[in-house]
Amino acid sequence: MTSETKTRLFKQGAIWGFIAFELIFFSVAGSYFSLSKGAFMDADNMLLLFKQSAPIGIIALGMTIVMINGNIDLSVGATYALSAIVLLDSMTWPIFAGLGDWVIPISWALALLTGAVLGAVNGLIVWKTGVDAFIVTLGSMLGYRGLVFMYNGEDPTSHLNWTLVDFAEAQFLGLHTATWFLLGVAVILWLLMNRTVHGRNAYAIGDNREAAVNAGIRVGPHMLLNFVLIGFLAALSAVVFYSESGSVNPNDGSLFELWAITAVVLGGTKLAGGSGSIISTLGGVIAIQLLRKGLGYIGAGTETVNLVIGLILVAVLFLDRQLNVKAKGELKV
Amino acid sequence: MAGWTRSDIGGFLAKQGILIAFFLFIIGFTIANERFLAPENIMGVVRSSAILGVMALGVTFVVISGNLDLSVGSMMSFSTIVVLDLHDKLGPALAIPAMFALTLCLGALIGFLVGYLKLNSLIVTLGMLSAIHGLTLTYSGGKNMDIADKGGTWFSIFGQGEIFGIPVPILIFVGLAALLGIVLARTPFGRKVYAVGGNGVAATFSGIRRARIVFACYLLSSFCVATAGLIQASRSLGSQNTVGQGLELEVLAAVILGGASLLGGSGTIFKTIIGVLILGFIQNGLLLVGLQFYAQYVVTWIIIILAVWLDIAAKRGRLWSPLA
Repeated sequence: MTSETKTRLFKQGAIWGFIAFELIFFSVAGSYFSLSKGAFMDADNMLLLFKQSAPIGIIALGMTIVMINGNIDLSVGATYALSAIVLLDSMTWPIFAGLGDWVIPISWALALLTGAVLGAVNGLIVWKTGVDAFIVTLGSMLGYRGLVFMYNGEDPTSHLNWTLVDFAEAQFLGLHTATWFLLGVAVILWLLMNRTVHGRNAYAIGDNREAAVNAGIRVGPHMLLNFVLIGFLAALSAVVFYSESGSVNPNDGSLFELWAITAVVLGGTKLAGGSGSIISTLGGVIAIQLLRKGLGYIGAGTETVNLVIGLILVAVLFLDRQLNVKAKGELKV
Repeated sequence: MAGWTRSDIGGFLAKQGILIAFFLFIIGFTIANERFLAPENIMGVVRSSAILGVMALGVTFVVISGNLDLSVGSMMSFSTIVVLDLHDKLGPALAIPAMFALTLCLGALIGFLVGYLKLNSLIVTLGMLSAIHGLTLTYSGGKNMDIADKGGTWFSIFGQGEIFGIPVPILIFVGLAALLGIVLARTPFGRKVYAVGGNGVAATFSGIRRARIVFACYLLSSFCVATAGLIQASRSLGSQNTVGQGLELEVLAAVILGGASLLGGSGTIFKTIIGVLILGFIQNGLLLVGLQFYAQYVVTWIIIILAVWLDIAAKRGRLWSPLA
């Protein structure tokens, strides 16, 4: 019993240990290799790090609850792009022309609604047809991306609203707007998963679906709600990011699903469902962003980041298996 | 008694549904545009599907053995870049075997991780997708790779050549498909692949070395990827680092469309070829009908879901999931 608790504590702490290791490593290595004069653990640098990890981070938090539920969502990148297009394009629609800056909340609502609807489509298909979420979202990843391209061809969709840019670049209590959104989502999802019936049932369904059904839990609506949430969060991520950048390419957001899943798995959530934690995913997101920044700081390029993240993912999987040899079911998809 | 006939129809649809859908599509497109069935159009479609098809052959083995391979896209970029680079450094005769050897090493690594270390194939190949992409960028320094003397090399034969009027990529695809089809359906190895994917524990107890079979499947997959990379490199004689990006999911879509279960144990080479051709013909047909290129993605989405849904519905005997 005590060894089990120890293992669990060790695993939960592992991601934070890894982050600490990264901080120390890059600070030390940076003093030898870095071309810039600033220190790595500089306050501004860290604040920027939080801000930059927000887009993937918000999606990864949503991915966590879907994966705890025993599903997966590969379509988040396409949902992200489509919501971004709705956000930017709706601001230029003639019906909203007389509204001035009041168009912002409407565009936000439209974009978030788009995400929630796309998520609901996935969720309904998974629920009603019984097709595996992997296949359903693999399909809708193609389909939603197709919609993105059909919307505006291969041209970027652009609209810069300066009020919005000011809002997105603002800092409140030292933290950027995007960071606040990331933290807010984390808190809300933590409450949802740990303090509500939905959260408890989501864990139960992911752990053992048969048992959950036998216990009288209605599996379908819970899965649907989680898909709606991840769609909504993918849209929120787009809203946060594109309010500032103001231009979306039709290919934006591709591979986001892979980054998000990587962050979730680094945080220790099981693919088979039933376990995982919002806080650890936050750790996973920060760890990845630290790695990207840190490797850039010591002069390595994107290629090294890809290489290192891939290898770390495999290493984490190996270590995790060594830690709980007895755990079953995690080898199946 | 009515239930019998209904489930019979369901069973027939489940077994042959994808073929029926395929013929319906062909008939529909032919009515819409008579050029659709012209020999040169068909040849064009098969030719452009060949790269995807060759990769799908290998992934079929991996999926039947109960695993996934998401790394084939970035691995294909890797082999394309490597063979183009080595072409100018070593000459084509040495570059091709060297590229195959390097790609097989990657396949062996994945096979070792999934087969012998028993790690989750989805995450391993996801990690390798990223890692191999990094490897490719490191190798090329992020630059596009081009062959210096594009006119004077026989290397272009694999992608652009024709033998007896048939494009070489098609010949490679058909040849490899025939070979792998026989391996999967007619050899003890093929039988073991089905056994491992169908019930890994039972297979182990009946004396099949699961790890070795899984390892071999990934090796086979990387061989197919190397072949696809060869065709791609030879066709364009120059390439970006991201040439294969996203292909892993299209390949998987083709394999699933062919009716292979992601849980393993089912699927055939023939059905995968049908899946590949469906994707190719849909793309082509929609263009001929006058829809924009990207509409094919939406149609592919609907077809994938319908194909898998009907398959499942026929197996459980009812259309809608009983899930509350």
